[in-house]
This record gives sequence, structure tokens and C-alpha cells, in this order.
Amino acid sequence: MLKRVHFRRSYLPYLLVLPQIAVTLVFFIWPAAQALYQSLLIEDAFGLSYEFVWFENFIALFRDGNYLHSFRITIVFSAAVTFSAMALGLCFATMADRVIRGSSVYKTLLVWPYAVAPALAGALWAFMFDPTLGIISGFLKTVGYDWDHRLDGTDAMMLIIVAATWKQISYNFLFFLAGLQAIPKSLTEAAAIDGAGPFKRFWTIIFPLLSPTTFFLMVVNVVYAFFETFGIVHAVTAGGPSRATSILVYKVYRDGFVGLDLGGSAAQSVILMAIVISLTVFQFRYIEKKVQY
Amino acid sequence: MVENNRWVKFSSHLILLLGIAAVVFPIYIMVIATTHTGPALQRPPFPLLPGDQFFENMKLVLGEGLSTAGAPPVALMMFNSMVMALGITIGKIAISLLSAYAIVYFRFPFRMFFFWLIFITLMLPVEVRILPTYGVASSLNLLNSYVGLTLPLIASATATFLFRQFFLTIPDELLEAARMDGASPMRFFWDVVLPLSRTNIAALFVILFIYGWNQYLWPLLVTTDERYYTIVMGIQRMLNVSDTVPVWNAIMTTAMLGMIPPVIVVLLMQRLFVKGLVETEK
Amino acid sequence: MRTRKTTLAAATAATTLLLASPALAQTEVQWWHAMGGSLGELLENITDGFNASQDDYAVNPVYKGEYNDTMTGAIAAFRAGEQPHIVQIYEVGTATMMSAEGAIRPVYEVMENSEIEFDPEAYLPAVTGYYTTTEGDMLSMPFNSSTPVVFYNKNAFEEAGLDPEQPPRTWPEVEEYSQALLDAGYECGFTSGWLSWVQLENFSALHNVPFVTGENGFAGTDIEARFNSDLHKKHIGKLAEWQENGIFSYGGRYSNSRPKFIAGECAMYMGSSASRAALNANVEDFEFGISMLPYWPEAEGAPQNSIIGGASLWVLEGHSDEEYEAVAAFFEYLSSPEVQAEWHQESGYLPITQAAYELTQEQGYYEENPGADISVEQMNLNEPTENSKGLRIGNFVQIRDIINEEFEAAFAGEKSASDALDDAAERANGEMEKFHRQNN
Repeated sequence: MLKRVHFRRSYLPYLLVLPQIAVTLVFFIWPAAQALYQSLLIEDAFGLSYEFVWFENFIALFRDGNYLHSFRITIVFSAAVTFSAMALGLCFATMADRVIRGSSVYKTLLVWPYAVAPALAGALWAFMFDPTLGIISGFLKTVGYDWDHRLDGTDAMMLIIVAATWKQISYNFLFFLAGLQAIPKSLTEAAAIDGAGPFKRFWTIIFPLLSPTTFFLMVVNVVYAFFETFGIVHAVTAGGPSRATSILVYKVYRDGFVGLDLGGSAAQSVILMAIVISLTVFQFRYIEKKVQY
Repeated sequence: MVENNRWVKFSSHLILLLGIAAVVFPIYIMVIATTHTGPALQRPPFPLLPGDQFFENMKLVLGEGLSTAGAPPVALMMFNSMVMALGITIGKIAISLLSAYAIVYFRFPFRMFFFWLIFITLMLPVEVRILPTYGVASSLNLLNSYVGLTLPLIASATATFLFRQFFLTIPDELLEAARMDGASPMRFFWDVVLPLSRTNIAALFVILFIYGWNQYLWPLLVTTDERYYTIVMGIQRMLNVSDTVPVWNAIMTTAMLGMIPPVIVVLLMQRLFVKGLVETEK
Repeated sequence: MRTRKTTLAAATAATTLLLASPALAQTEVQWWHAMGGSLGELLENITDGFNASQDDYAVNPVYKGEYNDTMTGAIAAFRAGEQPHIVQIYEVGTATMMSAEGAIRPVYEVMENSEIEFDPEAYLPAVTGYYTTTEGDMLSMPFNSSTPVVFYNKNAFEEAGLDPEQPPRTWPEVEEYSQALLDAGYECGFTSGWLSWVQLENFSALHNVPFVTGENGFAGTDIEARFNSDLHKKHIGKLAEWQENGIFSYGGRYSNSRPKFIAGECAMYMGSSASRAALNANVEDFEFGISMLPYWPEAEGAPQNSIIGGASLWVLEGHSDEEYEAVAAFFEYLSSPEVQAEWHQESGYLPITQAAYELTQEQGYYEENPGADISVEQMNLNEPTENSKGLRIGNFVQIRDIINEEFEAAFAGEKSASDALDDAAERANGEMEKFHRQNN
């Protein structure tokens, strides 16, 4: 956590952290404190009157089956997105690391989705899977699968998982490729001489050596799936059908920004913040100690 | 590569080609959509081959402006996006370099307090705290300004986190040597730490530039003056229209234009990016 | 010396006057709206026309994104003291706006305090009723209103051996026609957009049954759901049954189902009358007609009249008297027959005054565009009752979400229509209770 060697104490470190602390205090801690306070209120949208209700908003949330349902599907969604985005990223990175000819062309093409705005990614996928107009749904129909993510919750969940995964593959690909290129070739060559096949070599030598990258990406991907996918859900399913894709961060947005239930939405924000903070602490306390960077 | 096995090589290429086909397909659809008229995209089957409307669509988007009421020309929105993305990128990198340096290289009272204060913000997206943040921005008079577009989004610790990770890997011997030479902390920062961080800066530049470029909800709230509208905001506003049909050909054309700068950044910086990551992850 | 000073002073004064004159002479009004695309262009034509018509005031329209974004943006701005003068709010936000005493300035007050003569009688009651108190005071200025109608594919009707000039009038007829269409090889009979608005809210008004208690919310915020009556259950039950056999095909929330009609998959589409412009622009393969919403013949009092959707203009507090004067002048311009008639004809929204409707008739517009007046006729079928004046429900956005969710569960066969409506009512009651607490 800290260097063994340091500079002498002076005013300088305070000066150095000052800009970031100032920005954090003003644009993070201050609004977060307001959200915390708001989560204890029942208030009208315009802020003209309010009632202090202690933890009523929180109690209401945990009594609400729909909120718990949101929790469950968020976990399913995040697990699916994290796993598939990482598996595909790793798969492509391994292949790209293997081939010599054309590898830069592959790399160039694989990173495109990373530049697409989440909401636009969502719109593109919704467009391709549109039950009436979509090119992929049309294809599925000809092979006998009646795709309808407007009514079928499983189809809808699949679609946002695919769209969210698509957007994240490039990021994982780049990190895994970097990780793979950092592994000395002599290690794999030695194993090859010992007669280990490509699969065995991958699982016994390469994959363990990638563990710092894998752990780092896991945290990044879980956070991505939890929070940054709201634009995709918004554009593709708006949480439906029924409540099949109403993941937590979308529900916060929907209840607060659209429904104007400030107290309830703030309470959900506070819960999300708690999750994020524990993830962060987990990252520093656990992963950083276990994984050798 | 160790392997000379033909089969392994062939399958690698095959998987990559399939992967690329899947990954690039949506982008292809977008490009195809820029070459057709709006109604052609509203009826199945969706065209798989380019049409002849590309220049018409370009003219529509670049010339007359978007058919969105009051939307400024695409060039202005691109410029604003550029200012915003660069502002966020440079701002974040600058403050993070400094604070990570302080936290790694100095022992001072409240160090851990500052550390946690910064890292609590590590991953919380702006969407979750957007209304209170708007309140703060408006009480500081930041609405309708480039400062308002960028400054509030600089409050996140991802960059600080990555720099901290990297600084921890810089050998202590370098600092010992510098101190023996009597170098001041800032001199050490400029002469040793900063040059070593070059590739990390490049990697973060890519990540943050794209983060900044793709912001939507925040610019929508803080701007009411079209001189400050950004391109992603423009696309979104054409996408989510009330009571009317989205103009798909114009949306896709604008979206394609709006994608060019981030793609250029990714492609240009790709090599540095990968290199930067390799060094961070050691 | 003296002369010079005077000259200087005069020069300074002249310069100041020159520099300041646009600002001094013109009172500027901010109007935040949600009209994107071609609708936004039409809207700017209106403001340009107003700004050119006089020199005292200037209205500056700002497009703030879709309805949600516009409303939340305005509320956030109000909380920060940066609110615009006029904001366009969708009909589901009505209860939230009117409960915000101290944040909004009712339109009748704005008009009364101004020098402009204001005649509330000039407006179409079926349109303004939604935004008027039980005492008859107009709270917001209706701007873009529409009502659900049926669009039907005339070519498909012919192919199925149906008379394209005789669209179905009742639900049993819809069923019968749809069956004929299915037999003729069509994939589905009808689809519907905005399910809650068309199949539940307007369904209640058209059948003259309450949607919620308390005069559909006009009497206060302490209200309960009534949309789970036997008649409602029967209707939604039928939709679910029809979803099974293809007579009805659910196509998603909002107007996501419209492509099914445009693509010729479904031969009937129930949706906003304002879709006409979009359909005209996108339908190329067939001719379509417009007819009124169907009703259940056994229901007493049906068809009553339909209610509106869309948005109205609210005036926010916290500005100077002069600026409110400007707002009033703009509203007067906006309500003038010429402006309204043009807006009505170009956008497909309803006219808000009787005079605009008559002017459109005189201009022969309805003869050239058959079906364009169906919406107005349907609104005016009968004198509106307590059940068909409109809806005033707090947290309506969430309640519509709830209704959509429960509908989807029913159409997917996850629960019975009866259970779905009961669950929707129970959840909606929770939202209405919460709103009551937030505002009392």
C-alpha cells in the first residue's frame, strides 16, 4: 500500500492532493450527502414540502418484492455479462496472440465496439432484433424460433446480455492481449518441448499467470454490468417486459429521474453506494493481497 | 509462436474471423443504414447491401443540420464533444497523477483519510447521483459552460487508482538515488515519474476520452444553450423522440460521424495502450 | 467645456441605448419543450412567427429531449432557481405539476393578470377539460393533444373480403374482422400502441366507467384504483385470449408496435391520432383509413367519448410581471385560429379552439384528408362526464409502468387477466397513497 522510501514531511503532499480532494468534496461528497439526507425524506418533486421519515424508504424497498426481484436479476445479468464478455475477450486475445499474419487487422477490427456510446449500442441491437423489422429476429423466425423480446422476458434478458457483452468484449480483449504479451514466450516454449498440447499449456501455465489481469477485469466488468449498462437497458427494453430486465441501476434512474420519487430513488442510490464501497474495500483488502501484481 | 500445427493456426484464424464477424456486424448495419432512406429502414426486410442515399444523408446531416429542432450543426457539436472529452481526460489525468504521487510517495497526517475519500468515488456512476450533482453545479453557476460540462465528471478515482498501481511498481532504488542526488520531490516527479508513466497516460487517455465522449445524461441536464450541445446528446435526442418516428437514416449517419473521433483515438493509441497496460499489470 | 461634456454624455447615452436596446425593448421568455424531429421544426415556426409579429417580446424555444427529460430537467432547474418560463409537460405529469403550488402559476391567473382578453369558452372543453380544475379554472395551456383512434389497412380489408369503407365499430366486430384477416393469410388482426392509455384509460372513458375514485382524481389526491372492474377484466381477458390466437399481437410499449402496421403484418393499429403524419410518411405499400375506437355493445353508455393524451404548457413561478405579460401574449398568439389550424393540420394534433377547428373545416382540409377529423369527432361524441373528462393521478408515470408490466404478464400467459389487473390496482394504490403523502 505504501512505498518503503518517502519524501520528508512538508506541505507539498497536501498541495498535490488538493485538486482531487476539492473536486471530490464538491462534486461527490456534497451531492452524496444530499442523497443520503434525501433518502430519509418523503418529498414532493419540486422540493416544496417534505416529511422526515427516518428509514421508511429503505423499509419500503426491502418489503417490495419488486426490489428484491431487481436484485436477483441484476446478479444474473452481471454474472452473465461478466462471464461472457471475459470469456470471449480472453478467447479472442489468445487467438490474436497466436496468429502472426493479420493480427493487427484483427485487433483493429475488434476494438470498434468500445467506441460506441452505450445507448447507441442498445439502439443498434434493438434494431437488429426488432420482432418486425429486425434482421436477426427475421432470421430466427425462418429457423423456427419466434423471437419476441417485447413479451418474452427470457428473450429480453438475452438481448441486453448480448448487447452489454458486445460493448465490453473489446476492453477485455485489449487487457487480456496485453497480459498475454507480457508472459515470456520461453515459458510456453519450455512446456511445448515437454509435450504439453495447446489446451493444457493454456490452462496450466498461461491462465494462472493471467490471474492479476483476470481479477482486475472481473472487478471492472462487474462494475460495468452493475452500473454502466443503464443506457443499454434504457434503449433496448426499458426494464420490461413485465419486470424482466429492470436491473438495479435502471430502477434508480427510472424511479428518480422519470418517476420523480426522490426519497425512494435516493434510498436505492444509498444502497448502490454501499455496494460500490464494499466492492472497493473488497478490492483493496482482499484481491490486492491475494493477487501478485 | 511455439505452435507450428496447421490445425491450431487455422482454427485460430477461423475463431477470430467469426468473432470479428459477430463484433463488427452491428457496425456494418449502422453503415448500411447511412446509405438508405428513412422509410426503407422502417419496412422489412432490412437491406443488407448499401443503397445510394449516402451523400443525401450526409448532406442532410451536415448541411441543413439535424432535423431536430434547434440542433446546432454537427461540426459545432463535434467540437463541443471534443472540448468536453479532452477536458475530462486531461483534467482527470492531471489531478490523478498529482494525488496518486502524493499518496504513494509521501507519509503525512490524514494520508489514509484522503486515500479513502478519493477511492470511495472509485466506481459510482454519475447517473446515480445526478440530481444532487446538478444542484451543486447550478449553485456554483456552472450551467451552460464548458467547465460545467467537464469539472463534475472529473470527480472519479479510476485514474488515480491506476496511477497508484503503477507508481507502486516503480523501483524504490530510483527514489533513493534521486534523494542522494538531492532532487526535490517535484523534480523527481518531472524527471523520473512522469516519463515512466507515459504509456499509462496513453492508456488512460483512451479510456477517459471515450468515457467523456459518450456522456449523455449530464450534458443534457447542464446545457440549455445550443452552443454547448454535444454530439452524443444530439444522437440521443434524435433517438428518443416523443410522438414521432425516429429518423433512422439521419441518426445512423450522425452516429457514424460521432464515432469517428473515438475510433481514431483508439486506433492511434492502441499500441501505446496495450503497452501501457502491460506495464501496469506487472 | 460645458458643451463638450454634454456631447459626451449624449454620446454615451446614445451608445448605451444602442447597445442595450435589444435587451431593453424585448422581454425574453424561455420555453422548454419536448418536440424533436419534424414536430420541433413546426414548433419553431410558431415561435418565429410570434417573434416576427411584434417587437416587445421574444420567445426562445429550447428542446430538452423527450417528455421525461424535459419534465425532470425543468424540476431540477426549479430546485436550483434556474427554471424556464414555460415548460411542456406530458399529460401524466399533470397531477405532479398542479400539486406544486408555489412552483407553478396557473394559466388562467397569468391571463387574468395580463392586459389580454381571455375567453376560456373559446377552447374545446374536451381538450381543456383535462387541464382544468373542477371549478373551471384552466391550469395549463393545452398544446399538443391527441386521442387514440384505429388506423386500418384498406388493401388488407379488401383482400380479406371486408368492406374497406366499413371499419369495425365494436369489439365483437374487431374479432370477426380479424378472424377474416387471419383466414386471408395475415399474421395478426390488430395491434395497439400505448396499452395503458388506449386499452385502459381511454377504454374507461369510452365506456363511461371510472378509472380511479374521486372523479378520476379531479377531486383530490386521496384516491384508489377502479380499473379492475369486471368490464375491464373482461376486456383485458379478451386481449390476452386474442394474443394467443393471433387476433391481437402485442408489440411493445409506447408506439413500438407501429412497425407491425407499417410492415403490413397487422391490419389494424390502435394508437395516437397524431401518428397520422408519421404513417403518411412511412406507409408506401397500402392505403389506410381511420376510424373510432371500438367498444363493447353490452356496456351501458358506450361509446361515451375518448380522452386526450399529449402535453400542455405550464407556466413556472419566479419571474417578473413583465415576463408573464410576454407569456400571456404568446399564449394568445398560440391560441389564434390561424396558428392553431396550421399546427393541427401539419402535426396531426388536435386543435385547441373551436375557431381553429372551424377554420380547418372551411379550408376544406378534412375533405382532402379524410379521417383527419375522426379524432375531433370522437372527442366530442358526448358531453364529457366525470368518467370521461380526463385523469388526474399522482405518480402516474409509475402507474403506467405498473399497468404495462402487468399487461405483459397477462399477455405472456404468466397470470390471468383478472389477477394482473388486481395486482396492478394494488400496486397503483400504493403509488397513489405515496403521492398523497408527498403532497399533503
